[in-house]
Amino acid sequence: MTLFLTVLLPFLAVLPPLLVRRHGDQRSRLAGLCAIPTAAALALVVAAARDVFAGAVPQASVAWIPSLGLHATLRMDGYAWVFACLVLGIGLLILLYARYYLSAREDLPRFFSAIMLFMGSMLGLVLAGNIILLVVFWELTSLSSFLLIGYWRHDEDARAGARMALIVTGVGGLALLGGVLLLGAIAGSHELSAVLAAAGSVQQHPLYVPMLVLVLLGAFTKSAQFPFHFWLPRAMAAPTPVSAYLHSATMVKAGVFLLGRLHPVLSGTPEWFYIVSITGMATLLLGAYRAMFAHDLKGLLAFSTVSHLGLITLLFGFSSPLGAVAAVFHIMNHATFKASLFMAAGIIDHETGTRDMRILNGLWRHMPYTTALAVLAAAAMAGVPLLNGFLSKEMFFAESLFIAEMRGLRPIEPVLAVVAGIFSVAYSLRFIRIFFRGSGTGMPRAPQEPPRFMRIPVEVLVLVVVLVGILPGLVIGPSLAIGARAVLGGDLPYYHLTMWHGLNLPLLMSVIALAGGTLLFLVRRKLYAVYGRVHPPVTIEAGYQGVARAASAGAAWLTGTLDNGSLQRYVLLLVGMALLAGAVPVIGRFSAGALPRTPVDAVTVAGTLMLVTAAVATAALHRHRLVALIAISAVGVIVSAGFVRLAAPDLALTQLLVEIVTILLVLLALDYLPRRSPPDTRAASRVRDIGIAAAAGAGVAALAWGVLTRPADSISRYFIEQSKPAGGGTNIVNVILVDFRGFDTLGEIAVLGIAALGVVLLLSGVDLTASRQHGEVARDRAPLFLTMITRALLPFALLFALFLLLRGHNLPGGGFIAGLMAAVALILHYVASGTHWTESRLRLRYRPLIAIGLLTALATGLGALAFGHPFLSATFTYVDLPGFGEIELATALVFDVGVFLTVVGAVMLMLSRLGEPVPESPADAAFPTEAAAWKP
Amino acid sequence: MEALMAVAVGALVACGVYLLLRARTYPVILGIMLLGYGVNLFLVGMGRVGAGAAPILTEGTSDYVDPLPHALVLTAIVIGFGMAAFIVVLALRTRIATDTDHVDGEEVL
Repeated sequence: MTLFLTVLLPFLAVLPPLLVRRHGDQRSRLAGLCAIPTAAALALVVAAARDVFAGAVPQASVAWIPSLGLHATLRMDGYAWVFACLVLGIGLLILLYARYYLSAREDLPRFFSAIMLFMGSMLGLVLAGNIILLVVFWELTSLSSFLLIGYWRHDEDARAGARMALIVTGVGGLALLGGVLLLGAIAGSHELSAVLAAAGSVQQHPLYVPMLVLVLLGAFTKSAQFPFHFWLPRAMAAPTPVSAYLHSATMVKAGVFLLGRLHPVLSGTPEWFYIVSITGMATLLLGAYRAMFAHDLKGLLAFSTVSHLGLITLLFGFSSPLGAVAAVFHIMNHATFKASLFMAAGIIDHETGTRDMRILNGLWRHMPYTTALAVLAAAAMAGVPLLNGFLSKEMFFAESLFIAEMRGLRPIEPVLAVVAGIFSVAYSLRFIRIFFRGSGTGMPRAPQEPPRFMRIPVEVLVLVVVLVGILPGLVIGPSLAIGARAVLGGDLPYYHLTMWHGLNLPLLMSVIALAGGTLLFLVRRKLYAVYGRVHPPVTIEAGYQGVARAASAGAAWLTGTLDNGSLQRYVLLLVGMALLAGAVPVIGRFSAGALPRTPVDAVTVAGTLMLVTAAVATAALHRHRLVALIAISAVGVIVSAGFVRLAAPDLALTQLLVEIVTILLVLLALDYLPRRSPPDTRAASRVRDIGIAAAAGAGVAALAWGVLTRPADSISRYFIEQSKPAGGGTNIVNVILVDFRGFDTLGEIAVLGIAALGVVLLLSGVDLTASRQHGEVARDRAPLFLTMITRALLPFALLFALFLLLRGHNLPGGGFIAGLMAAVALILHYVASGTHWTESRLRLRYRPLIAIGLLTALATGLGALAFGHPFLSATFTYVDLPGFGEIELATALVFDVGVFLTVVGAVMLMLSRLGEPVPESPADAAFPTEAAAWKP
Repeated sequence: MEALMAVAVGALVACGVYLLLRARTYPVILGIMLLGYGVNLFLVGMGRVGAGAAPILTEGTSDYVDPLPHALVLTAIVIGFGMAAFIVVLALRTRIATDTDHVDGEEVL
């Protein structure tokens, strides 16, 4: 569990910076806040050193998605340990450096929050013991690096650079996910330890090559390998602490980390050798070449980083034991000297106000101490003896000789290696030159030494560079050994870590590189002229930009074409797509089922004919609005009758009652809509729509026909059998509603209540009367006869509703039907006696009624919880009342009362809001409706 | 019987879809209502249309129609009303806001 704590610690500092008080100089506060968990995590990692060095692999695991056999596993072998040290150690130095680099006026909480998010993701990535978890952290580093690179969001370059980094690494991450899923499927497990042990079966698998290509795409995009290298120099628009962190120890190292991580299982095949080593070699040379011609200080370092990443990739590509050792060694060395170089570049930028190497000059006069540090780091980058870069580069030279010898071909590798070495010496000299040429004037600001503490991180790193260079065996030997052993997955090859190996071929190559590099540096001006001419006009980056622009334009075109603002068109597209999606799987394979057909009677045929006629009439006459309403009400009535025919009494009752309220509702609404629809579509589109509608109808009819003629296999047997013994009712539909599926019903009445409130909200603040369509309101009242009858009838109607409610458990009825019945009775009253009269006497407030109904239903459910039963369990008992006989008391009835109240409340709320009275003329405002109603 | 049911459902859906594709709010409301009838009938049909008693337990009867689609459709009818009321009011509100009852909020031919 210590491992989980280690990974969690940096994440703990993601939110607090955003909550820190935002006044005064927050820099120390924020940096300190972030440094504490970082240091704690580093301490935990260092404390684990004893176990790891002894060969143990601490591992911790929690179930993640157990049903898929996925575990969130963390695992710290030597390789992960080395990386965890780099991530946290350099991270700590970066925090200190950023404290002095950033201005107090910047949005600092955002910076520190993002950098901690990045640090945590990177730590999770290196410690992941499950390859899917690894991808999750991998994506997190892409996202958080996007925030960091685009930190100066006012800067267009920063935004563009961040976008580019995100897109390139994001696409790679997608490929990696695919590769990892394949790898997991091939290896039979996503656990890293199992995957690493499955080399044999993985490399024999027919999907090995596609999987390898996908994984390598992920690694190459992340590590800025050719041809995806272009994003890295663009990412230099980030603040320097970010560049120093992302491009030395983390982010771009994630790609080569992955190469090392999966080295045991993936390497050793010809595919691996050619893809990885050729990519690495191309990147090594290209980066070195481009660094030679960069004029931006950070640009030079960026291309140099590309080149060194290529070197590491190349070493992994060799798939020889010593190659892997050299790769791990160079990862560590590059992290230290490149982080210090970036920091030095940041100090120079900070102090002089420029990063242009054509302007920078004579810095040693003003900042001798920083100069010494930067020159040492640059010398390490060049591979000068006594510094760590020399050692790993010599290993690289030796290994290139070995590989060339083994392949028995012409010495391509050693020659190219020396060429790259020459370039790297030359660009390092260009970097060093800015300190010593000129008199130290003519820069935007007169430089001076930076604050004491800003130099400390550089000092620490340069000290490591020198110590490793002089005493490699003592300082770095053990760490390198455990790191390389984990990469090789077995025994280490023989190697001797020492400053001096005697006179040998690699040393000669180093000497040639140093001499050649110096020579190249001296003739650089001639090269600049050549570079200007041969630099290709079409670069890969331009290709990327072209693709990005084309994708944006394509998306804009597609959106503009589909999303033209016309809802009518959207519906057409939607229906068209639904039709297509429904038709494609059925076409050519449709057949009727074998179920014996049910005999037909004349009434049903007549009813169906009437139904079809009424539906067609509705569609054909829709422009005559009142006529269409009459037609559709006929449809509703016939459907109700159809439910009777289908032996569904509850449905028939519900449909009939709903029909009444719906028609009333639409009638009320018609008052506010134009009476007729003007013709608004061309004949051609009407024909097209008829075609689509006919196809849709035919499709659904065919579907219904296909299903109806096949035997049913229903789960209803359970409900039929259990309705009485478990639910205590004989009306199975009602028992399902209030008992078996009570939770669904609760949701449904909640939706009804929400719809009613939505209606109220939509109409709030709207003066409906102002938009009446039909001029003068009819003032004549309902017939006295109707008024008198409804008033006398109301109590009976409500009583009947109550009767329907109570009997619902055993006979057709129940909360829904009773609620609708009560609503219809009340509405009749509104119609006959007017809103004022009704509301002033009934004093029913519908919104609270909905709430009471919902709460009643909810309380029934919670009551079950109180007795230790699951939510909404119903219970019932029979009570023998003297004189009445045995009656049943069921909690389901209480639930049904809730349904009843909600339905009444919702229906009445909607209708009463829409049917609000027309303001009366002042003359009869006193008792308007009542007076009018009672007038004979 | 099965064929009749299919024809009824198909006719309701066809008329509903045609109205749904109209440009005025009122026919769209009618279209949604017609579609609702069609879908409800279709759902009830999923319990098949063969012989069977109404799902009220009675002595001596063992062959009932499938009650589950009934329970589904019963709530669907009520929710359908809520939905109809909501879109009716939405249409009113649009009409007041845009001064037209064209679904696109402006008169287009």
